[in-house]
Amino acid sequence: MSTHKFQLSKELAEHFSDGLVQINESEHGVTCTIPVESWTEVAKLLRDEEAFAFEQCMDLCGVDYLTYGESEWQTDDVTSTGFSRGVQGKGPGRFSWSERRSEAMENRFAVVAQLLSVKHNRRLTIKCFAPDEGMLMVPSLIEVWPGVNWFEREAFDLYGIIFKGHPDLRRILTDYGFIGHPFRKDFPLIGNVEVIYDEDQGRVVYQPVSIEPRVLVPKTIRRDSRYAENMNDQEAS
Amino acid sequence: MAEIKNYTMNFGPQHPAAHGVLRLILELDGEVVEHADPHVGLLHRATEKLAESKPYNQSIGYMDRLDYVSMMCNEHAYVRAIEQLLNIEVPIRAQYIRTMFDEITRIRNHLMWIGTHGLDLGAMALFLYAFREREHCMDMYEAVSGARMHATYYRPGGVYRDLPDQMPQYAESKWTKGKDLAYVNEWREGSLLDFIEAFANDFPKKVDEYRTLLQDNRIWKQRTVGIGVVSPEQAKAWGFSGPMLRGSGVAWDLRKKQTYAAYDKVDFDIPVGVNGDCYDRYLVRMEEMNQSARIVRQCVEWLKNNPGPVMVDEYKVAPPSREMMKEDMESMIHHFKLFTEGYTVPAGEVYAAVEAPKGEFGVFLISDDSNKPFRLKLRAPGFAHLSAMNDMVKGHMLADVVAVIGTMDIVFGEIDR
Repeated sequence: MSTHKFQLSKELAEHFSDGLVQINESEHGVTCTIPVESWTEVAKLLRDEEAFAFEQCMDLCGVDYLTYGESEWQTDDVTSTGFSRGVQGKGPGRFSWSERRSEAMENRFAVVAQLLSVKHNRRLTIKCFAPDEGMLMVPSLIEVWPGVNWFEREAFDLYGIIFKGHPDLRRILTDYGFIGHPFRKDFPLIGNVEVIYDEDQGRVVYQPVSIEPRVLVPKTIRRDSRYAENMNDQEAS
Repeated sequence: MAEIKNYTMNFGPQHPAAHGVLRLILELDGEVVEHADPHVGLLHRATEKLAESKPYNQSIGYMDRLDYVSMMCNEHAYVRAIEQLLNIEVPIRAQYIRTMFDEITRIRNHLMWIGTHGLDLGAMALFLYAFREREHCMDMYEAVSGARMHATYYRPGGVYRDLPDQMPQYAESKWTKGKDLAYVNEWREGSLLDFIEAFANDFPKKVDEYRTLLQDNRIWKQRTVGIGVVSPEQAKAWGFSGPMLRGSGVAWDLRKKQTYAAYDKVDFDIPVGVNGDCYDRYLVRMEEMNQSARIVRQCVEWLKNNPGPVMVDEYKVAPPSREMMKEDMESMIHHFKLFTEGYTVPAGEVYAAVEAPKGEFGVFLISDDSNKPFRLKLRAPGFAHLSAMNDMVKGHMLADVVAVIGTMDIVFGEIDR
């Protein structure tokens, strides 16, 4: 399997020698980061080129990189009195709608697709970052793999990424008339509204959530000897 | 002449043949379906977002509730993703246990499928027979994990505990006594493995029983042959997997092609269809049940002869033993930290997939060095299958919509997540 991966990344590197497509090979698989302008073009090539023949797109999803690598509990500086006791972070479960954070971040949203070649028995992950210019726009892959239809609808619903060229970009998982994109990291885990049955009006109505945000376990980052390699990477970058 | 217009019909979400909470908006021309628009999401629980706020191990239980008729296969995909990021090797005995329970799960899932699919298409009796055998599989789950359905049995690094030496027996009651009691306890004299072995030896006969009810049944064939035909090219383009792909004649099975657990150490065959219609997918799944029983028999034999650890010897993820906790302060602290804070997983992105009974169940996991998943994406096979609904039923009659829903083996726990 590892020789497979090595070969695939070598073939990819030969094909995309212009340096626009970034190829990462790890023990878990090969990932191609593709600029958003050539997203469909590269996808088409990966499907049609005999050497790749990725005829199936198994999965497509959005990712929100806000709060990536932020811990909620500082454990790396020990003082004579021990670790800090306070939880400071703002993970998705720790704020309500009115306290949500608002900040701009470069390369915040990504679209990740998992490709599968039945012919060569290989997998490839392709990824592109959605440019954030008021509206997140990524070209749709529906012309290349018709099966991504619902996966793109899902990414639109949950992350607000707009797929250009998608024929039927409606919400899919959330309620009819839902406001917001719930899987964004600045969307509270407890949500914004709740549904109750109103006796007087005799129908179901929405009202602001009555529960408090609560998470029992803080998010902690501990880098021990197992992560030595990662730490070197991060210090270098 | 009167003007005839298409009309729109609401199918579900509270329709017995909608397999849960599917809402289909059908545009009909007479009885012919012109357009089908499935509305999903009525069971959306945001499992992926919930997992982001919990330590890794606390989300294993959520995996059971995705595809709630093939619980352990979902767990398997999730723990495999974590194991790959942690780079840990699972003990061989745990691999065999997982293989065996994956196949028991496949039998369970297919029994549920054949029962409900048959019921939808008018074969009432089959449902009762299928659930009789399914009950045995539930008992196996219960014996090993304590829960009949939502087992939470797999752990990153192995399984929760070894197989029990004693299969629980029925106690005498007002309704079950004498000969009846002896009958229900017939297979339960020995260990769990003895029970599973007795079941697996007996099961192919039961599959033959189901076949006598359906295989050459005129009504069954009228309802399934030539219905919902999918060509291999279409199946690949739509992202099909599992029996939906194999029914169209594509010989693709992750257990063989991208092998995991102990599947490379057992013998089994992959049934493949020819025509890609509902009847072929029925044949594929029926044969899969036989093959699953075959794998289970081999696993039982191996497990009986090879005792050993079922959890990895790596204290970063494995809890200390109960005895150690009683006498060793450090073990107590270790246990406390592991079950409150959890363990941290090295940063990285991984996609791990298993051949779940319905198709490829994949987990895409992003870690940022912390004790909680940064992003968890669950790739449910049913989601891709249902998205092709419109193309599969266009031009068919209204009654065939039910056949197509049945053949997709839809469960909303996994589609809506």
